[in-house]
Amino acid sequence: MATTPQGAEHPRSVPALLARNAARFGAQAAYREKEFGIWQSWTWAEAQEEIEALALGLLDLGAQPGDFIAVIGRNRPYLYWSMVAAQMVGAVPVPLYQDAVAEEMAYVLDHCGARFVVAADQEQVDKVIEVADRLPSFERIIYVDSRGLRKYDHSRLSAFDAVQKAGREAGETQREELENRRARLDYDDICVMLYTSGTTGKPKGVVLSNRNIIETAKNSAEFDHLRADDEVLAYLPMAWVGDFIFSIGQAYWTGFCVNCPESADTLVTDLREIAPTYYFAPPRVFETNLTQIMIRMEDAGALKRRMFHYFMEHARRVGPRLLDGHSVGLWDRLKYRMGEVLVYGPLKNALGFSRIRVGYTAGEAIGPEIFDFYRALGINLKQLYGQTEASVFITQQPDGEVRSDTVGVPSPGVELKIAESGEVFYRSPGTFVEYYKNAESTRDTKDPEGWVATGDAGFVEEDSGHLRIIDRAKDVGHMASGALFAPKYVENKLKFYPAILEAVVFGAGRETCCAFINIDLTAVGNWAERNNIAYSSYQELAGHPLVLETIQSHVEETNESVAQDEMLSGCQVHRFLVLHKELDADDGELTRTRKVRRKIIAEKYADLVTALYDGSDEVYTETEVTYEDGRTGRIRATLAIRDAKTVPVSAPVREAAE
Amino acid sequence: MMDGAGYVTADGRQIGGELLALHNITLRFGGVVAINDISFDIREGEIRAIIGPNGAGKSSMLNVISGFYTPSQGEVRYKGETRPPMKPYEVARMGVARTFQNIALFEGMTVLDNVMTGRLTHMNTGIAQQALWWGRARDEEMENRAKVERVIDFLEIQNIRKTPVGRLPYGLKKRVELARALAAEPSLLLLDEPMAGMNVEEKEDMSRFILDVNDEFGTTICLIEHDMGVVMDLSDRVVVMDYGKKIGDGTPDEVRGNQDVIDAYLGVSH
Repeated sequence: MATTPQGAEHPRSVPALLARNAARFGAQAAYREKEFGIWQSWTWAEAQEEIEALALGLLDLGAQPGDFIAVIGRNRPYLYWSMVAAQMVGAVPVPLYQDAVAEEMAYVLDHCGARFVVAADQEQVDKVIEVADRLPSFERIIYVDSRGLRKYDHSRLSAFDAVQKAGREAGETQREELENRRARLDYDDICVMLYTSGTTGKPKGVVLSNRNIIETAKNSAEFDHLRADDEVLAYLPMAWVGDFIFSIGQAYWTGFCVNCPESADTLVTDLREIAPTYYFAPPRVFETNLTQIMIRMEDAGALKRRMFHYFMEHARRVGPRLLDGHSVGLWDRLKYRMGEVLVYGPLKNALGFSRIRVGYTAGEAIGPEIFDFYRALGINLKQLYGQTEASVFITQQPDGEVRSDTVGVPSPGVELKIAESGEVFYRSPGTFVEYYKNAESTRDTKDPEGWVATGDAGFVEEDSGHLRIIDRAKDVGHMASGALFAPKYVENKLKFYPAILEAVVFGAGRETCCAFINIDLTAVGNWAERNNIAYSSYQELAGHPLVLETIQSHVEETNESVAQDEMLSGCQVHRFLVLHKELDADDGELTRTRKVRRKIIAEKYADLVTALYDGSDEVYTETEVTYEDGRTGRIRATLAIRDAKTVPVSAPVREAAE
Repeated sequence: MMDGAGYVTADGRQIGGELLALHNITLRFGGVVAINDISFDIREGEIRAIIGPNGAGKSSMLNVISGFYTPSQGEVRYKGETRPPMKPYEVARMGVARTFQNIALFEGMTVLDNVMTGRLTHMNTGIAQQALWWGRARDEEMENRAKVERVIDFLEIQNIRKTPVGRLPYGLKKRVELARALAAEPSLLLLDEPMAGMNVEEKEDMSRFILDVNDEFGTTICLIEHDMGVVMDLSDRVVVMDYGKKIGDGTPDEVRGNQDVIDAYLGVSH
């Protein structure tokens, strides 16, 4: 598979892969998109024709090698074609997040100096026009959907169709020029530039070469035995590196079909209709799905409900073992088969998961309950760990070695190194070339030998060789005893309980760990309703003794689980309180992406932290809050502080550094 | 600004000649005069609004245009010809589609089926042929479905295509009703309070759709609306009615400055 039929080396650019696929899988579907209620499809040969027409059209508009061409919109074949057409003329595609506001777009478009922008629709066109005055190198927008654009000034606008039409009418000299440019593309040319979302500071343009993308696609596709008859649903943002690897890298490498949903709102139906064999989703999606299944089962008839619970219980016991290829008794196998017919099969069908051979989740920790639920159904859900700078893959879980608490073994071709500080470093064929126009950041992230800092702290398990990520490297500290302190590790475990929305664990430089807990109003409110517990406000519910009782049991269970980890057993939560208000981005306590701002919370609630450590049973506090309309007010509360049982740790605590 | 051959709007659209004209229309129910000697015209490609206080006779006016009421006196001219008294379905066949103030959809049917009913006037095959779903009936349905899907795409209701209308929230039902009217590919689209009962966001969406319909398909639109902001923003020309009489007619700016209109809306001291 790694070589062309002649035994020569494999293609060294995406357009070259396209040509290979058009020759090899010519009549096979390359793209599908649901439009006007029907799945429209394009074969590889048709896709090549469309892309060439667009590339010729771009030549006609004067696109030069090294130009940057921005691509903005939801996942549509036309936009994927735009990226490959850009590569064909020697330009660099830059996909942007479609939900970015005009200001953010202005920064990125200016930073890369995009000459052309391919925009999906009026909404995107409007944003680009709004900031166009500030973009000296910007020349023209090519729009896909003409709706609402008829009355616009077309001096700097072209319709996608029109550009393709011009391309199809191109003369011999232009076709030769395109041929020359395509032939010149090689491994070290830029394949794509992706901007990292940038939680701190301005976004950085990550430059990935053809080598990065093709080698990574090749390695990962072989790792999971991806095939030309696989199907994916492209629904994650095009500006995200994962989508580029799945929908272009791996799709072009293996020749599988990329399916684009009709709209963001029809995702569920489209997923069911396509039933992908290769699927990626962030943990949140799996979590939401599971919650919905559970709610709907509650509403189902008694027989169905009992059947569901009976067989799910069996599946939880047997399913993962079957997936991992362990031996399972005959009776259990038979019962699982029956469950497949009665429960698992129909359920998977309803979710659109019937045909999944390889499923991945990544991005954040996934609750073991959730993870195991899908594995129990027989869905081969695995975890991977990656980032833009690595062309996604750093580690991934091989079939048959899947666990919810690790992120797998190094992907093929990836070398791992754990630094003194516990930070994970990697080096791989997918390691990015540089941050565009930012040599300083490049130097800070990637050393001369090619090792890249992930910013995450973790360790490799000795017996399994799997990597475990414990926290962001900058958040990992030490307790007074010298034991490792990884707050997010504990917080994640706490947050797996539906009743707990957020948790903030303190303990750096102290003897013990303590925690703030935020209850989840929906989950706890629902529970209160079912148990006839009256409450009038968040604050009242959060302070209810029965709620505290529940939270306490969750904390204690978490402590038991934390205690089993010899490196982190010092992080057990000794005392906790349930906050009287929800942590809120408007109050600066969370980032806009809902990440806890530890330092700010510690400062703002210094009185509560003190109370946690001075042994008092309760504490009175006043907090300033910002309402949605921008007004501020104060809330006063007396919070109970509870002691949680901890598990004594006998083994000496090891240092992280090794 | 105006002459027989049409005019150019403030935002640069070319408006054509007369599509529908009402001449001295009077409508009586027994002793009640709902419409009293009203004349105005609707030109091709324009968005024409009818406004007025409650009970002014706006809906009656729309019902005269759609053929539901036959005027007691006066003449309706449509596409250059005097229209004889007609049944509403005959008017519909002539390219007039409408939505209703109180949504009139088939609650138990899916959105798709509801919108398909908008194509009824374009179906020529008989019941037997349709039941067998054979030959021309099959081709016809596929053709109609394709047209309906374009409308569904245009109004962004793909995600509820297979949902029974009864399960939809109010704002979406209004949109489905608009979809059904559009599916008929009308030359003249009548909207009876398309934004009644909506919140600000839904109103913005609906306004956008109305403008897009007018822009994309060139459909002439006549609408009744109470929200003055919406009316003034959307329409090219406005007719103002009060107690069955026409008290103003002109561009939104002209109407806004008309003393009779101000009196009718704000009340006048006697």
